[in-house]
Amino acid sequence: METFKLIMLSTLALVMVISAVMAVLSKEMPLAILASGAISLLASIFFLVLASPDVAMTEAAIGAGLTTFLFFVILRKTDQNNHENEK
Amino acid sequence: MKNSIAIVLILVFGVFLFQTFSYYQTKTELNKTASYYNTNTPDEVGAANVVTAIVVTYRGLDTLGEVTVLFLTAMIVGYILRQGGRERQKKNNTSEILITAAQVLIPGSIILGVYVFINGHLTPGGGFQGGAIIGTAISLMILANPLGTIPKAVLHFTESISGFVYILLGLAGLLFAGGFLDNRILPLGTLGDLLSAGAIPLIYSLIGLKVGTEISSIIANINETGNNTSKP
Amino acid sequence: MSFTIDKVALLLGMSLMMIGLWGGFTQRNLLKIILSFGIFDTGLNILIVALGYLPGRTAPIIEGIVVTPENLVNVAIDPVPQALVLTAIVIGFGTTALMLAYALKLNQHKKSLDINEFKDLKW
Repeated sequence: METFKLIMLSTLALVMVISAVMAVLSKEMPLAILASGAISLLASIFFLVLASPDVAMTEAAIGAGLTTFLFFVILRKTDQNNHENEK
Repeated sequence: MKNSIAIVLILVFGVFLFQTFSYYQTKTELNKTASYYNTNTPDEVGAANVVTAIVVTYRGLDTLGEVTVLFLTAMIVGYILRQGGRERQKKNNTSEILITAAQVLIPGSIILGVYVFINGHLTPGGGFQGGAIIGTAISLMILANPLGTIPKAVLHFTESISGFVYILLGLAGLLFAGGFLDNRILPLGTLGDLLSAGAIPLIYSLIGLKVGTEISSIIANINETGNNTSKP
Repeated sequence: MSFTIDKVALLLGMSLMMIGLWGGFTQRNLLKIILSFGIFDTGLNILIVALGYLPGRTAPIIEGIVVTPENLVNVAIDPVPQALVLTAIVIGFGTTALMLAYALKLNQHKKSLDINEFKDLKW
């Protein structure tokens, strides 16, 4: 049972590291922003396994919810500025 | 910075980090600070959530600093983006699903946020989590109705009154109980009730309202800024 | 050495910190740099919370069935790193919001998000 839990957590950690590399290296911005939102969500699961429900709730609400939304709003505003300049 | 120099620097940093990892041993007993907090929280503070007791009373000055940092952030974002002028949306092309779902989700989210920060001393949660949930609800309101505006006067009034009453409660703790931001100005009650742990429900409700309105004002300011780059 | 959960979390936190710093050093788009700092913050918070874990114990919240006020010292983990990380996550969000507002103003002036365009302060 303990080794099963350890294997599951190692798989989760591997997915997080791959998402981080994908977020840094990708050429399209929406993919990078969604990858960083996925990292925050999986980190919230990690906090729950490490017996901290307060920190898990805060990371899920602020990291996966508000930061991703804020990035998308700024992305839309800068795309609007750059596109109406090119016309 | 060139790619090769960056990788060399990161590897040096990694060597230091993994050196710390090799000295790490899994603990089996709590250290002295943690065992003090774990033995004395039910008697001195009366809260069932030990992390809430630490954040609000034992280390209350750190929470005051954090509230100050968030207040400065909201103020600076509002000041910088004021020069761009206002931008009005010309047409409303949000989809039908978003408008209909927002009418159900927004009241539910606000009630969930208020529940989380009122029960901060009994269950996991508290002021910061509840404030973030309220901020998310008001962001949904901005997304679903881009033609309308958020009433700025209500947000500013709520934020100012919450911060002011928080400082007044801290000073009342200095006058009537042990020190600044002490929670024994109200009676402690029995462990596990809603109206227990002294002034902790009141303090956390004020912090929750303040954080929620600050996050909403940051997002409203970023959404409404225009494109005017003339110098003042 | 025996592999427990907090050792996995420690390695994960260190890897995320290194990847976040690498992104901050080599990327050219301003929004990518801010995103990499966000990944660095997440890794750092995982590292701090993993330092307070004790195997076989549960969260420090009194419920009356598993955790009672008398045996809180024997069945609960260290509550201090959780209080510190709670503050750190909220302040990290505030810093990210401020950085994004600055990036928006810089974009309005120079019409591009490439960091090599901003040479006004170079001598």
